[in-house]
Amino acid sequence: MNASFVELEAQARRVRAHAIRMATNGGCFLGASLSCADLLVYLYDRVLRVSPDRLDDPDRDTLFLSKGHDVPALYGTLAERAYFPVERLGHHLSLDDHLYWHPNRNIPGVEFHSGSLGHLLSVGMGIATDAKLRRSQARVFVVVGDGELNEGSMWEAALVASARCLDNLVMVVDRNGFQANVATEDLVPLEPLGDKLRAFGFAVVDADGHDFGALATAFAELPRATGRPTAVVARTVRNKGLSSIENRADRWFVDLTSAEVEMLLAELEGASAATLTSPTLVVR
Amino acid sequence: MSAPVGYEAVLRDLAERDDRIVVLTAENRAAIRNLPQTLGERFVDVGICEQTMIGMAAGLALRGRIPVVHALATFLTLRALEFIRTDVGVAHLPVKLVGGVPGFLSEANGPTHQAIDDISVMRTIPGMQIFCPADDRELAAGLPAVIASPSPCYLRYNARPSTLAHEPFALGRAERQWEGTDVTLLAAGFVVPLAVEACARLRELGISARMLNLRTIVPLDEEAVVEAARETSLLVTIEDHLLVGGLYQTITEVIVRRRLSVHVAPIGLDARWFKPARLADVLEHERFTPAALAERVRAALASKPPDSTSPFGAIGTNPIRPRALSRSEDHV
Repeated sequence: MNASFVELEAQARRVRAHAIRMATNGGCFLGASLSCADLLVYLYDRVLRVSPDRLDDPDRDTLFLSKGHDVPALYGTLAERAYFPVERLGHHLSLDDHLYWHPNRNIPGVEFHSGSLGHLLSVGMGIATDAKLRRSQARVFVVVGDGELNEGSMWEAALVASARCLDNLVMVVDRNGFQANVATEDLVPLEPLGDKLRAFGFAVVDADGHDFGALATAFAELPRATGRPTAVVARTVRNKGLSSIENRADRWFVDLTSAEVEMLLAELEGASAATLTSPTLVVR
Repeated sequence: MSAPVGYEAVLRDLAERDDRIVVLTAENRAAIRNLPQTLGERFVDVGICEQTMIGMAAGLALRGRIPVVHALATFLTLRALEFIRTDVGVAHLPVKLVGGVPGFLSEANGPTHQAIDDISVMRTIPGMQIFCPADDRELAAGLPAVIASPSPCYLRYNARPSTLAHEPFALGRAERQWEGTDVTLLAAGFVVPLAVEACARLRELGISARMLNLRTIVPLDEEAVVEAARETSLLVTIEDHLLVGGLYQTITEVIVRRRLSVHVAPIGLDARWFKPARLADVLEHERFTPAALAERVRAALASKPPDSTSPFGAIGTNPIRPRALSRSEDHV
């Protein structure tokens, strides 16, 4: 253990605060950023064999954000881990930097661009295949959205990952229950998701994506089964940490006033729930 | 030791000397049937999953590999297009995309299999090279340069037995297959030998034709095109591809951008798929036999307005009238 869960929780709270500060003056996809924040903090702190000085090491572990729009949480996590200075987060959406709404490799620690749903499971399989060819112990973690599982390319890739016996591949589903505008189960139901993934050949583990103890158990032993890819279905909450907007279908992408940012930051630190008046912005 | 002959042998030879090369296929093994034995784990057949294949190729390329991927041209360039654009194109990864049975080579398969828009869509991807070998010898000669290039490349696979002598291969370097002064025929890929033969027939008709085999559409040998536009009064583009986005438009873009005054006549597929049949019958029906091509070039020369009618010439004039669209005939 290189940090107690208390310290991890503090780190995750700082990552959430970074994401909330990015949700103004153009805004960001706050809902998904807050649902995967604990996952990213845990993976980078406890699981991934990677650090800022290993970004050219082919034997490092690789993490991809496949849905991509949750990147404020990754920006925050990488900044907290000294991949780049925290001050750089203030350049979000600025022409003078590359911190825009979807990931790209101009940001140290970001391994590949994404934003078009359904791509990075197969790209991750390419990394995993290279590792197998080199007899490397490197592993690939692909964080995917549950809405993203509407895409046929995810299931095509899942078939092939299983056929290729890529047990160095871990798909982490940020199961926050929402796609852009509605709950997943109200549009294209995914349940029973674990059974589906098992049927596609994954070793599946279910976990509370906001409980570091549960995540410790989920990621304790990888691969979960020799010769099979692993899927961790992490049950999460959209906008986790802000009870005023948790699980709200209309708070996916938000563009807040600076006063609202301050209210949400206070709420994150335990103040009473904020009341947002910024209009809901539906991007798709 | 003599140089390897044929696509598979050249690819095997390159792969044996460079372990960065990984051969992938979406269960299309026609050109690479014997590679699994020699390449072992570096031969990856993903099944009929073109998108996954491209994603995996991008991941392999991110770790320094040179993936050479195989699928039928239309499924590769259309089914997996967004993966090619977004994963390979945006990151400018050196993935080599080998598309099988392009253009007329799909013969009797029907419109589902007709890659007659592949060049058009690949041209929209910034940095994507496009290599259209005229025959098996040019394919083998060009493959090492394609693989050595740091760019992604779409290879419009054509391994028809060679009837031509070729100049040494270089990306972006056209070769003159026939010398002439009245008209220049421009082509790339499968139709090149047909165009060369058409030049011989044109000579019998008293017409002096030049034939430029462009070899790569991207990068394009612009200087060879400019030279032809200055030295002959008519350019005829010949392609087993839609006129939209293919060779005709590639050439006319150069003519306009370089402010040249020359007539350009297209021979290609004008807003329609071709009639599926055995290859020889397709060429007959579509008037792509050497004799038909020669006649079409002769007619284009005859109908070309005199150069003095306009100070700029009749740029973009199409002396070959587009066929009227007939739903029953041209649409399925």
